[in-house]
Amino acid sequence: MADGGEVKLLGFWGSPYALRVIWALKLKQVPYDYLEEDLPNNKSSLLLQYNPVHKKVPVLVHHGKPIAESLVILEYIDETWKQSPLLPQDPSERARARFWAKFADEKCMPAMKAVFCSEGEEQQKAVLEARETLKTLESGLEGKLFFGGETINFADVATGYIGFWARIVEEITGTSLIDAESMPSLDAWSKRFLELPIIKECMPPWDKLIELNSGFLKMYLASLK
Amino acid sequence: MSKGDVVLLDCWVSPFCMRVKIALNEKGVEYKHREEDLFGGKSELLLNSNPIHKKVPVLLHDGKPLSESTIIVGYIDETWASPPLLPSCAYGRAKARFWADFIDKKIWRTNGEEREVGTRDFIETLKQLEEALGERNYFGGEGDAFGFVDIIAVGMASWFHAYEKFGGFKVEDHCPKLSAWLKRCKQRESVRKVLPDPEKVYEFLLMFRKMQGLD
Repeated sequence: MADGGEVKLLGFWGSPYALRVIWALKLKQVPYDYLEEDLPNNKSSLLLQYNPVHKKVPVLVHHGKPIAESLVILEYIDETWKQSPLLPQDPSERARARFWAKFADEKCMPAMKAVFCSEGEEQQKAVLEARETLKTLESGLEGKLFFGGETINFADVATGYIGFWARIVEEITGTSLIDAESMPSLDAWSKRFLELPIIKECMPPWDKLIELNSGFLKMYLASLK
Repeated sequence: MSKGDVVLLDCWVSPFCMRVKIALNEKGVEYKHREEDLFGGKSELLLNSNPIHKKVPVLLHDGKPLSESTIIVGYIDETWASPPLLPSCAYGRAKARFWADFIDKKIWRTNGEEREVGTRDFIETLKQLEEALGERNYFGGEGDAFGFVDIIAVGMASWFHAYEKFGGFKVEDHCPKLSAWLKRCKQRESVRKVLPDPEKVYEFLLMFRKMQGLD
């Protein structure tokens, strides 16, 4: 085991990006101190000091040195603590894992946000587009159990949040994004991933996530009027 | 130096393609490049190699396609070891990845936010980048060497002249250090071979904007 040194994580319980960093730390059994940020309105001076550019969580602080942006943090964690490697060894497999992590963040998540933030006909259109992105994400699985094959890898840890985020959006908006009929592989993968003990034990309580995001939606809709 | 057959699906004006070409040049990798005709429709090879995004650049290494420029540059660095583009220590690498991500998110808005970057925001972003550069010659690989972030950033810089004309400002006035960095980069053979004539970029963007009904 590599030297852990002092590891701090600035996070927010409702943030999927902080959660995937926690997943990585737990999978590698890296001890860390967790600092909860009071978001969205009360960012600590520590957060602003450690992430002046984006002022967001998560931020990992190792030996006093801050690292921001969750995918950057995941790569750092993988390189620093070599046990239970997340990225494969082969460069083209690594590129593939990074590709799907990027796709989930840049295509699936914004598309689901668009569903969340729209109504009526606009929402119906957004649902179709979101489902397209999810179908594409599914193709990355290539019919396997996980992006990593028999076991999880970087891409699973990076994209796993999509599984529960889709359910949050579905529940709050009454739409359907991932269904077993049209996306059997993605549906099964998301359930399988979220059932893994280490992953499951880190999940925030479902009703709190619904309450939090319903609150965000109310605030957002109010801001439009 | 070359390990296998390397083909790049390319477009002369794309700053993303420039990243890949510069990385290959830095590593001394021989490659064939196939120019995509932007206005003539995308080639079969492009559509087959990158069915998801249908965009350049695509690197085909022994027939295996890779897309997304930052990911391709990472792949090139991992496949051809010398000279290294990323620093050797994990923290240095994290900082490099952070700034590469910053460039993509803030300048190119790849994370799904609004497309057009206003002049004021653009200059703010450049100032942040300039601050990251500090007093160094380059953003760095090892030490103060030309490396990963320089490669990710320099393509954008080939569009500066066009942006200056559209926005009515000069980068040098706001970010003299960044301006100096760009001049320094252009002296490198790997970059000089790749960066297009700024005037040609301007003419291209002018035409492109007209086609999109922006002017």
